[in-house]
Amino acid sequence: LSLCLLFRRLDGRQTYDYRKIKITFGTDYGCCYVDLGKTRVMAQVSCELVAPKENRPNEGIMFFNIELSPLASPIFEQGRQSELSVKLNRQLERCLRNSKCIDTESLCVVSGEKVWQIRVDVHMLNHDGNLMDAASIAAITALCHFRRPDIAVQGEEVTVYSPEERDPIALSIYHMPISVSFSFFQQGTYLLVDPCEREERVMDGLLMIAMNKHREICSVQSSGGIMLLKEQVLRCSKIASVKVSEITELISKALENDKKARKAGGRCGFAESLPQERITALKMDEMPVEVTDVTEQAYDIIQKTKEPPQTVPSPLVPAPGVGQVDQGQQNTWGLEEEEEEREDGVEEEAVMEVEQQKEEESKGAQRYFNII
Amino acid sequence: MAGLELLSDQGYRLDGRKATELRKVQARMGVFAQADGSAYLEQGNTKALAVVYGPHEMRGSRSRTLHDRAVINCQYSMATFSTAERKRRPHGDRKSTEMSLHLKQTFEAAVMTQLYPRSQIDIYVKILQSDGGNYSVCVNAATLAVIDAGIPMRDYVCACTVGFVDETPLADLCYAEESGGVSSLALALLPRGGQIALLQMDARLHQDHLETLIDAAMTACKGVSKVLDEVVRQHLQEVSVLTRE
Repeated sequence: LSLCLLFRRLDGRQTYDYRKIKITFGTDYGCCYVDLGKTRVMAQVSCELVAPKENRPNEGIMFFNIELSPLASPIFEQGRQSELSVKLNRQLERCLRNSKCIDTESLCVVSGEKVWQIRVDVHMLNHDGNLMDAASIAAITALCHFRRPDIAVQGEEVTVYSPEERDPIALSIYHMPISVSFSFFQQGTYLLVDPCEREERVMDGLLMIAMNKHREICSVQSSGGIMLLKEQVLRCSKIASVKVSEITELISKALENDKKARKAGGRCGFAESLPQERITALKMDEMPVEVTDVTEQAYDIIQKTKEPPQTVPSPLVPAPGVGQVDQGQQNTWGLEEEEEEREDGVEEEAVMEVEQQKEEESKGAQRYFNII
Repeated sequence: MAGLELLSDQGYRLDGRKATELRKVQARMGVFAQADGSAYLEQGNTKALAVVYGPHEMRGSRSRTLHDRAVINCQYSMATFSTAERKRRPHGDRKSTEMSLHLKQTFEAAVMTQLYPRSQIDIYVKILQSDGGNYSVCVNAATLAVIDAGIPMRDYVCACTVGFVDETPLADLCYAEESGGVSSLALALLPRGGQIALLQMDARLHQDHLETLIDAAMTACKGVSKVLDEVVRQHLQEVSVLTRE
């Protein structure tokens, strides 16, 4: 697990770059898939009518749940409540619930008796780093996408209309908090945005900042045993505000597209989007990689490697039964060289054969032409 | 809670403190003879008890031993009588697990674990009365307990919870202020180097105010560190007087 730290990252990104984010929606309202590079996350929002909590009789209930299953990564075990799962759950709860992004009072139907309980389930489908960001994007997009059934209250009677009778209503969302993760290496000297799984394994610590596009910080959480300085935290918050506005735009665009697609009556959903993925699966996402220094580096590497040891002119085969400790290694080198020579010879022969074939072919062709 | 004024016009808070005033801190070290280190800390009405065992051999899962460092094992729990309503599950619920993780992270940064490879240090903290600032009081109590156990640390770890009301940062929140929907920031600091061991913030706060809030938290933590230092020196004096005689 030792990675050499370059100033460039494994997949060619810059230090402050996010991976490509792709958002797709399912057939139901409130189902959303988010791809962050290869990290894949699904969020589903559902609602039901329940009795409210005693100390908050006129507010709805929000319940968040993150599932880490072994299907996402072999690190996750079948038994739940691992440390990571608790951490992610709590962070998502704090990011979305404490920031009051959803108007819970609008979820109240009959005060003290019936309120809507909104349940957000986030499932990790593939773990390639930075689960927290993907989960937060998925959760907030699913919440924006979700429509709850329309209801009518007449006195004490509550009628719930099914989606066919009346159009379902969207939730009232004040703002969209999105979390941005920064990973620190080597006691805070290096900082990366959006770590992938390999980077996560070797990082020292993680800083998660959740912000909305109005530049309000909704939650800050530092984890891992690192020590931060105030300036680092402030710098991270500035970077986060830029990233959050980009991602918020992306989410609104995706929601718009989906609305248009549904209005047009086109079939939408996961099943539709999957075949498309198969067709383009062979296409590798292009990543701009800096290749300016590569030739120089290659030259340096070649020069620095030592010359291979002098080949032994004739392979020394020690007399059977004699153990020669010193020359043992040289011997194997000699054998390898011999093998290499043999291989080279074979290659040369093969090359010569090919050349001969080519000559023959060309001769044949010439003959053919001559005939003509 | 609309009627409660968290900061009056004259600058006084609900309990009569000014905006940057900390609550009264009282602490005792060495309260238990059985444990390697123990401490009891009161910060206003919040009372916490911290106990440290270690460093000792790894118990439980031997596979988690680290070959070059000590493993720090923290457990945070609240007494059932600590809150206004009786708490049904003192251990194992998500908030307690999260607090334990945060404590572990804080002390991993501060304790010199490289001096004790292949061993384990246990820190147990229990809240006896909860009146806001649970995490900060736990960290302060645990710092004193670790010092009492004689485990070397890089610096005192001091923590404080600050809130932001009406453009003013309030230091050391009490329960009424915390639950009033105020944005609160919990900060664990190593005062000498100004390094932040843990930073945790809930609720909405504009980005521009973040710096003022962190500054207020750092000043409050430095205040706490002075008090803790006083307590440690006094305790040492008492102990050395007793051993001399």
